[in-house]
Amino acid sequence: MSKQIDSNRRIGVLALQGDFAAHARALNRLGVEAVEIRTASALEELSGLIIPGGESTTMLKFLEAEGMTAPLIEWVKGGGALYGTCAGTILMANRVTHPVQPALRLIDITVERNAYGRQVDSFIGRADGHDLGGDPLELVFIRAPRIVEVGKEVVVLARYEGDPVLVRQGRRLSSTFHPELTQDLRIHELFLGMAARDSTSARHDSPRRVAG
Amino acid sequence: MADSSIRLKTGLAEMLKGGVIMDVTDASQAKIAEDAGAVAVMALERVPADIRKEGGVARMASPKKIREIMQVVSVPVMAKVRIGHFVEAQVLEALGVDFIDESEVLTPADEEHHVDKHQFKVPFVCGARDLGEALRRIGEGAALIRTKGEAGSGDIVEAVRHLRSVCGSIRRLTIMGEEELMAEAKRLGAPYELVRMVARDGKLPVPNFAAGGIATPADAALCMQLGAETVFVGSGIFKSEDPAARARAIVKATTHFKDPKVVLEASEELGEAMRGLDVQKIAKEELLQTRGW
Repeated sequence: MSKQIDSNRRIGVLALQGDFAAHARALNRLGVEAVEIRTASALEELSGLIIPGGESTTMLKFLEAEGMTAPLIEWVKGGGALYGTCAGTILMANRVTHPVQPALRLIDITVERNAYGRQVDSFIGRADGHDLGGDPLELVFIRAPRIVEVGKEVVVLARYEGDPVLVRQGRRLSSTFHPELTQDLRIHELFLGMAARDSTSARHDSPRRVAG
Repeated sequence: MADSSIRLKTGLAEMLKGGVIMDVTDASQAKIAEDAGAVAVMALERVPADIRKEGGVARMASPKKIREIMQVVSVPVMAKVRIGHFVEAQVLEALGVDFIDESEVLTPADEEHHVDKHQFKVPFVCGARDLGEALRRIGEGAALIRTKGEAGSGDIVEAVRHLRSVCGSIRRLTIMGEEELMAEAKRLGAPYELVRMVARDGKLPVPNFAAGGIATPADAALCMQLGAETVFVGSGIFKSEDPAARARAIVKATTHFKDPKVVLEASEELGEAMRGLDVQKIAKEELLQTRGW
């Protein structure tokens, strides 16, 4: 893994609420400084943004109250790389159910909230087949959502018991689990690659088959 | 597996960081709290200010009330059990609450022992006044620590005292020599292995939140600047003039705790705060924070 600080990549973590500090630690371990983002104007300098886990209803209200919703969508459509975990995935989705709530419509998936139950049903699973290469992925699911539908532009990178748990559409990446709560940095590394401005993989839009 | 269990428990606590957890006594209050941006709600029979006023034995809230609250909100629902009352905890786990607060606000059920929290799948939060108490609770399996403060007082002084005490003791540990840690563990009354862990990491092994006496947006921002990672607000919201507005204001000030301009905005156009009680004027035997061992 690269330990160099890359001036080409400035990565922010949305710090309105949630486990933003855990994502910042993961980025730091990859030698990248993470910027805490709480305002729309702070987006401008970034090449990539992570929306952490937390409470999606709370984050939605914050985005609205801060006037960040429209600037965030615009920033992503202008080419900013976006990665959402858990609540972040719920925010990014095109459609959200259980209950139905507004979404930013940035990735063509349908997400069902709290699909595995309440906290007592939270669990750690494993994905043996995935597209990242190497060892199985440890999947920490906390009051996790489930991706119940993916559009044809969306590439499934990992599944758990048949359900997509890590998906990508262009420069947008979503996981229903929390790699930031493990020692595994592969997903953050993948995202850093996506966020590099000159990255040739940035236009990796074509659908692909996935293992698992 | 023990390791995965504690990771899932502290994992949920991580998700609640940077937010406000609000005490609610029924479904309509829970909805107001969620709409105002609460990251979780705490279900209880009476808010601490009323427990203080009305007296009597304070117990776990009725399962019916808790279930009604669970039905109307999608954020995590917490509920309180009496210190040491592991059967109330079993009942809440069976009910499916997301977090249990083993709380000094309720009348203790055991004057020596706390609940063995390792036996549960549901995570626990416990109050602490100092580092020793925090580490004893973590040793018993707590996934989240909060200051006790003085619940129902509307007076922030005790929460500040407890935050300063925990954070100050952590800082002291980080400059101690390895050979000093056993004596310090003895002094703190805390498990040695946890003392070593804190000395190495410079922080608690679980998140550290503030509670007890937070009544205004500035109180919330004060706790955050002192090192708390989230705030619990009990009587401060639903004992104020306009609960919805105060809830929104406290949420806003907590997110932007480092920005005085935003805390100012949040502090404006609010009705009266809860009247509150000066902690110095509360009789010693009526203090809630001295419950817990």
